[in-house]
Amino acid sequence: MIQTTQLSKKYGPVEVLHIDTLEIPTGQSFGLVGNNGAGKTTFFNILLDLVRPTTGSITNHEIQVNTSEDWKNFTGSFIDESFLIGYLTPEEYFEFIGDLRGMNKADVDAFVAKFEEFFNGEIIGRKKYLRDLSKGNQKKVGIIAAMMGNPKLIILDEPFANLDPTTQIRLKKIIKDLAENREITVLISSHDLTHVTEVCERIVVLEKGNVVKDIQTSAETLQELESYFAV
Amino acid sequence: MIAHFVNLEWKQYFRSSYWQKSIFLNILLGFFALYFMATFLIIGIGGYFILKEQFPTQDPLVVVNSFLLYAFLGDLIFRYMMQKLPVMNIKPMLLLPISKNKIVHFLLIKSAISFFNTFALFFYIPFAVVLIREGYDTSGVLGWLFSMILLTQCANFFNFLINKNNQVFVGLIALLIVGYLIHYFEIFNLSGFVGQGFDGVYENPIYALIFVVLLVLLYQTNYKQLRNEVYLDAIISEKSKEVAAADLSFADRFGDLAPFIKNDLRLMMRNKRTKSSIWMLVVGLLYGLIFYTQPIYADMEVIFVLVGIFSTGAFLMNFGQFIPAWDSSYYKMLMSQNIKYERYLKSKFMIMTISIVLLFVLGIPYVYFGWKILAVHFAAMIYNIGVNTHVIMYGGSFNRKKINLDEKAAFNYQGTGAVQWLIGIPLMLFPMALFGLISWLVNFETAVITLLILGFAGIAFHKQLMLLITKKYQESKYKMIHAFNQEN
Repeated sequence: MIQTTQLSKKYGPVEVLHIDTLEIPTGQSFGLVGNNGAGKTTFFNILLDLVRPTTGSITNHEIQVNTSEDWKNFTGSFIDESFLIGYLTPEEYFEFIGDLRGMNKADVDAFVAKFEEFFNGEIIGRKKYLRDLSKGNQKKVGIIAAMMGNPKLIILDEPFANLDPTTQIRLKKIIKDLAENREITVLISSHDLTHVTEVCERIVVLEKGNVVKDIQTSAETLQELESYFAV
Repeated sequence: MIAHFVNLEWKQYFRSSYWQKSIFLNILLGFFALYFMATFLIIGIGGYFILKEQFPTQDPLVVVNSFLLYAFLGDLIFRYMMQKLPVMNIKPMLLLPISKNKIVHFLLIKSAISFFNTFALFFYIPFAVVLIREGYDTSGVLGWLFSMILLTQCANFFNFLINKNNQVFVGLIALLIVGYLIHYFEIFNLSGFVGQGFDGVYENPIYALIFVVLLVLLYQTNYKQLRNEVYLDAIISEKSKEVAAADLSFADRFGDLAPFIKNDLRLMMRNKRTKSSIWMLVVGLLYGLIFYTQPIYADMEVIFVLVGIFSTGAFLMNFGQFIPAWDSSYYKMLMSQNIKYERYLKSKFMIMTISIVLLFVLGIPYVYFGWKILAVHFAAMIYNIGVNTHVIMYGGSFNRKKINLDEKAAFNYQGTGAVQWLIGIPLMLFPMALFGLISWLVNFETAVITLLILGFAGIAFHKQLMLLITKKYQESKYKMIHAFNQEN
């Protein structure tokens, strides 16, 4: 369960995020939608304690994120390429993250092997550094690394951007499989309304830092969102 | 059109956040540049008279000429390591309605006024002025000066042609060594032979035209080569090399520090930025030879401390001062992983300690110059481990500058050389002063023991010190994340 209370973030006089209350129950697959500058990434950054809120706080499974670091043990995330270590090969990167998450080499290999199809033969055994991979392939590595070590919460910022259509479909399947496990909460943000309505049970729309819509996904959701954004 | 380019260059320089953030650093670098210019200028002005005094029977110009071959070879070797044509900058230009010919010409002409080419002028011009004042033939001297300027430019363009070709580089070094050796054993004076050619230029200034032809040829070759490669899949593309993974399983013995240590080792082996600082280790290790071979320093024990701290701490200073900026490009990721800051810092400490011990061991041959030197180096090693590592890691918490590891040329970014030595000063000056004071008040042995005690105290309180440092890092976490997020 993620609880947000009286959260706000200001840069100078400009308020970029203001959420009075937002609760995300455990096991929910939660989508965050909004135009550029709506505050999606800021929200994730605060949730990951990378940025300090001006007021209020977020509690991740009973742990207030900016006072204790214990949430890190069960939270996996991928925000952007700056989460990758450019001079490692994908295998070494998985090994490094695995090490931090208490997995041994065999665990890591077994885990990574499950995503062979997702990687589409472009990641493992290519003898390339992460910095030399294409943006899409870098993203694949980051997304899978975020799922390592049985996290209870997985945060993915714009996971569909830069991926090829086949990989997008495979990623949707992976996220849906995760969402079926009622122990795992998945938070994703996206600009692609179709994808997000397909994989998320609940969608929140942010605009200029405020929650303007909070929808339980249904057959009409996509249309509702499209009419909202078609201004 | 040219005005556009110049305008862009100007903005690129002054709008880089690096420039804006560290005016202090830029002023320091400016001073260093001024210092070098002044040195060249002084040598240029005084060179004639010094040579006259040293070799009264010889013509100073002939003496200079006979060494020019070495000067040019040295220049080329220096350029090979430091200078690179900044081709990446032109990528956004390719789509604009600017002819590729113009872009290539601009790039090449811009390189002609780089500081690699201007520095030498600070020597040649005053030297030529002095020659004319001393009654040398004006047209001859001008022809000679003109040739020197042209040759510097030739070196500039020749360097781009050899463009990191290792075989040519080895050839240059071999030429330098062989030239010196055959001269030393009086088989043939190669440099003197080449020097006679330059004497000829003075006597017949018209020969300077040869260098004009040479320069034009080199420029043309450069132009042709570049013009063919202004494509995304040619020179502008970053070549991705195949991974050569070394086996780092030996690091596993460090237990929970292993992942970080492995990571740091890979960081050092795989990035241009870090690889180039390996040279600094060699410099640091050989630093003692500058002092110990000269008898004046034989009794200056304070110098032993300087060399001891410097040679055992060469890595400590080069690597340590950029903690945690080495990891700046993925610092956000580290901060959202379940790592303990302490473990992260501890692994850095471990690497530095290993390097210090290793460098000490490699420096043991200095015992040849006396046992006192070895004793001081040992004390310096302990001091480095106990005190300087902690100091430098504490200092790292003030680090707010991102390091771009992929940056190729070491020189156009974050004044590596000069600043690194500057930061090293407090790390070296304090133990030197302390040592000097105590050995003056009491004696040599007590001074050595004082350094040892300080070092061992640092090691004994390692845990507490690390807690303190960790706290400092945690306090500046957000500031660091923010700063490391800024592109330069």
